[in-house]
Amino acid sequence: MRGPSIAHIVLVIAALATVPLLTASNVVLNFLTVALLIALVGQGWNVLGGYGGQYSFGHAAFFGTGAYVSAILQVRYGVNAWIAFALGIAGGALVGAAIGLLTFRSGLKGAYFALVTLAFAEVLRILASVAPITGAGVGILITLDLRPQAFQFQSRAPFYWIMLAMVAVSLVIVRLIEQSRFGAWLVAVRENEDAAKAIGVDATRVKLAAMTISAAITAAGGGFYAQYFLFIDSNIAYGPWISVEALLAPIVGGIGTVFGPLLGALVVKTLGELTKLITGDAPGLDLVIYGGLLVLIIAFAPRGIAGLLADLRVRFARLRSSVSERAHG
Amino acid sequence: MAEPLLRVERVFKRFGGLLAVDNASLAVEAGQITALIGPNGAGKTTLFSIISGFLPPSEGRIFYRCADITGMPPHLLARRGIVRTFQIVQPFAGLTVHENIAIGAHLSRRSRADALDAAAEVASTVGLGDLLGRPAASLTVAGRKRLEVARALAAEPQLLLLDEVLAGLNPGEVATMVPIIRGLAERGITILMIEHVMQAVMSLAEHVFVLAEGHIVAEGAPRAVVGNPRVVEAYLGHGAAARLSAAGAAHV
Repeated sequence: MRGPSIAHIVLVIAALATVPLLTASNVVLNFLTVALLIALVGQGWNVLGGYGGQYSFGHAAFFGTGAYVSAILQVRYGVNAWIAFALGIAGGALVGAAIGLLTFRSGLKGAYFALVTLAFAEVLRILASVAPITGAGVGILITLDLRPQAFQFQSRAPFYWIMLAMVAVSLVIVRLIEQSRFGAWLVAVRENEDAAKAIGVDATRVKLAAMTISAAITAAGGGFYAQYFLFIDSNIAYGPWISVEALLAPIVGGIGTVFGPLLGALVVKTLGELTKLITGDAPGLDLVIYGGLLVLIIAFAPRGIAGLLADLRVRFARLRSSVSERAHG
Repeated sequence: MAEPLLRVERVFKRFGGLLAVDNASLAVEAGQITALIGPNGAGKTTLFSIISGFLPPSEGRIFYRCADITGMPPHLLARRGIVRTFQIVQPFAGLTVHENIAIGAHLSRRSRADALDAAAEVASTVGLGDLLGRPAASLTVAGRKRLEVARALAAEPQLLLLDEVLAGLNPGEVATMVPIIRGLAERGITILMIEHVMQAVMSLAEHVFVLAEGHIVAEGAPRAVVGNPRVVEAYLGHGAAARLSAAGAAHV
């Protein structure tokens, strides 16, 4: 399948990895770390939505589970932060598999699937806001312990590099999926489920696998969030904001492409920060900008920025060949 | 006689009050081309969907290689060798011709490279060899019908169910498609085809079943079937056969 090679991924990640060497500015590193976090969560969404065509409005369910499992295990049971983080990913994957099993086996598609995932995320949010184990309305504060073995660091740079490494892994995972039989089947299900079934694709199983992988990647983002900010509550972990960011990044960047979510996250976050700079901190105005951006992208560039760039490249190549033809003619 | 490859036994299908398939039974012999014909709305495609696992029958059973496959999902049937095409073509529109066919080839091949190689080979047997890199959405009707066949073929079926792969083609396109279908049969693939283009049915099929209002009204060799008064009536209405033969007699 067409797409970037692993070498492209290495190049991009290597370039991004130099940022902390060039600047010690916490503002820049914080901005990029959060943008990369959204890129990771968006990449999770992209596996299921971009490649599988199953648009989830409830990826908060996986993000929040990753965050809560990790935080609860550390705070309430004294589990090591790294192990808790890994178990958080497993927990997110499990929730993904469970929701997938329920929705796909009952044949929910399109808008129905989107609404049911939204409902699951909301149910989890409400449960987390009342259950004692999640800290109910108060939330959970992870004890400050600035040691690498506790997944906490004195400076921003290590956090940034860890986030970047996770994004790198997610890019490689998605590229490997693209080149595999599973990926081909997943895209076939997106394009035409009946036709795929007729030639031997177990559509339910393929979608279920995609949802599990998608949920695991998104849960990793949740676990990282908990370590980075050391505080979560139900509105952060299971709130609709993260479901929106998860789908906004790949849609803006280029749905069903390896680099789409990363590209989209950087653009969306940059626009968000610019809005804050220009308007001062008017609450919610960045959301207005996101909405406008989404409308523009869907109307004029349904394949996102990545698709737009590809079109421009084709046009540029055509222009150049016609110019050289004229020069030779 | 040996057990047929596929046996459909007393199948009924109700959609609410509508009886779409009404006690239909048929058998497909291994290695043959069998045609299923009948007027519009006779229930041919419904019967196809039941055989290929897309719809469960309300009653009745389907046997394939002596095994009861009634109600088995389509992907498992495809793994057993039963693959269908769709009357309304269903390309993976966002993919290239090559990628479309490769999905079929993946059924028996894990590696992407192997599947793409096999797909290229299949494409050339149905005359799509030059269009591999084209997006499926850009193909003409004739091209899409070929793609439909190629994709099914790449899944290496033993029983291929072709649902009107000649419909909508001009006479020239039909003429190129007929030898392709015959070629498949010569490679040992058993074919059950729904077809309206009678000229193709006459030249391809060894056995014909006629479905009308959900039940099989006639079967036999193509020549015998088209002369059957019940078949003429199924297409042209009650009493048509008598009127036609009366008119024929008057002209003599």
